[in-house]
Amino acid sequence: MRLSLTSVSVRLGTAPIVADCDLTVGDGERVGLVGPNGSGKTSLMRTIYRALDPVAGSVALAGDDIRTLSQRQIARRAALVAQDNAPDFDFTVEEVVAMGRGPWIGAFETTTGRNNAPIASALERVGLAGHRTRRLSTLSGGERQRALVARALAQESPLLLLDEPTNHLDVHTALELLELVRDLGRATLCVLHDLNLAATYCDRLYVLHRGRIVANGPPEEVLDPELVQAVFGVTCTHLAHPITGGLLLAFSPLHAAPVPALGKGSNQ
Amino acid sequence: MSAVPKQTPTAVAADVAADVAADVAERSRDARQRPLNHRNRLTSLPIVLPTLFVVLVVAVCVAVAVGSVGVRLDIVAMVIRDHLINAETSASAMDDQIVWNLRLPRVLLAAAVGAGLAAVGVTLQATVRNPLADPYVLGVSAGAGLTASIAITLGSVAVAGLSTSAAAFVGALAATIAVLGLSRRAGRVVPSRLVLAGVTLSYLFTGATSFVIFRTANADAAHSVLFWLLGSLSESSWSNLALPTVAVLVAGGYLMLQTRTLNALAAGDDAALSLGVSVHRARIQLLVVASLLTGVLVAVSGGIGFVGLIVPHLVRLAIGPDHRRLLPIAMLVGAIYLVAVDLLCRILVRPEELPIGIVTALLGAPVFLWLLRRSEAS
Repeated sequence: MRLSLTSVSVRLGTAPIVADCDLTVGDGERVGLVGPNGSGKTSLMRTIYRALDPVAGSVALAGDDIRTLSQRQIARRAALVAQDNAPDFDFTVEEVVAMGRGPWIGAFETTTGRNNAPIASALERVGLAGHRTRRLSTLSGGERQRALVARALAQESPLLLLDEPTNHLDVHTALELLELVRDLGRATLCVLHDLNLAATYCDRLYVLHRGRIVANGPPEEVLDPELVQAVFGVTCTHLAHPITGGLLLAFSPLHAAPVPALGKGSNQ
Repeated sequence: MSAVPKQTPTAVAADVAADVAADVAERSRDARQRPLNHRNRLTSLPIVLPTLFVVLVVAVCVAVAVGSVGVRLDIVAMVIRDHLINAETSASAMDDQIVWNLRLPRVLLAAAVGAGLAAVGVTLQATVRNPLADPYVLGVSAGAGLTASIAITLGSVAVAGLSTSAAAFVGALAATIAVLGLSRRAGRVVPSRLVLAGVTLSYLFTGATSFVIFRTANADAAHSVLFWLLGSLSESSWSNLALPTVAVLVAGGYLMLQTRTLNALAAGDDAALSLGVSVHRARIQLLVVASLLTGVLVAVSGGIGFVGLIVPHLVRLAIGPDHRRLLPIAMLVGAIYLVAVDLLCRILVRPEELPIGIVTALLGAPVFLWLLRRSEAS
């Protein structure tokens, strides 16, 4: 098991955010974490790299409780692709990716020696080798996100944590990013908002609702219309994708009244 | 009614698809054609550091040569060389006195203070992830200013027999402890609270300092407090050069080993944690080192504002935020800048001497604003 969370509960101040969550990610498995805004997805993710300490339960990376690991050891086992970037500190692509060597590099070492190869191959892998001296502010949203993936690759940790990696990305760029992650073949835990993307690119999904995991399993089982209605408050229909045959969720408008077809009623 | 010709849904879809394809093709072409911002060879460390070091040495020599009495550059070099190799100098006793005992310690102190303030600014801006942070945002210098002004106006008895410098250092330490204590929540120093607590305490200490100046009956003392608060290197001598120099070298060396941590902190707390940095411990260590260094510098030079804010900014505009390059270059630029500014202070209103804080601000602000505009235009 690359990652296992056992009865994890998290509080922010006194407010319970996450309660009694069990979650595992196996070798090479891509696991999605879905749920409405405020359901605790990011908080649960943050316990894995100790940005939050659970009030109960435990987190284990490759079998070891993270409380017995140093921050560097944790970083060698799990890499984060976060959404945040620091606009005040406009690093170049190469500088960002070099940060991924942080957990491995000694204080007196440089990134030119044995650390250069992982940086170069990570840049190559995400297709940014030609952009290494570009500053983040000059990149598109998709390129910035790929730079962060490259940083995680340079970190050479067997587990990838992605927190809403497709936020602000157009559909083409979002698919490109998720296919890049899929083709990496690493154990991945990915917070996603788009249920169709989650269904397409994840082997297994956890549904988080009000801080509790209410379902876990393959997407077609988990994203049951009744559950989607109960958790997200949206009516949906299961369709088969006309080309891939995979699961496709079609969402109904929130209000039951039939919506006038486009084009009608605009020319009174 | 509608002017739009009727189209079948498939035709619309085909049009949209063609548009999207054209857009995607255009974007990838853009990506290929956008000019690569090739790293300028001139900004690579093995070239820049020695160059700046040579500039610093030249600046030091010029600053030693120029003053109320000019000394020829070759005589400056000769005096320094003779002292370094412990030889009897052939320069006149007066040149020897001016160069070695009066000006060189002062110029070297300017270099040390400039380098130190720049290092503190670089460190704080990354540690609290706020580009407006500078050595004074933590309230450290205001705390030093208060105890120094008490020492000057009421005499050293009022501060347990400490000299003005020692009193300033104690004030800086007390302010540091107060700010760190006030900005903790659940045992962790929160950057936004740190900045708020520091700025608030600065106002408090500055108000108290003004009160001390206002209440003093001694006009000379009030003037010296003002002079001290605006910063001055006129009290420099070989004996009070050692401590700040050692402090700058030790702290600078320590910070050079932390440049990767500074990079990670600049990228955000969650990113830093996931990159293996123990953010809370690292932040407190860096803040303590920065505050101690500020305390030492303020104690010997008074309140020299602006250097710690603008030098890191200028250097970041030129070479970017990677602290592995930013820190050493900013330290050298800070040293050169303060040597130059101190020289101006000595010669602008001869035979009077301007407080250095006035010139750092009057010279630094326009330069900074010009660079800011230029970088936005590009």
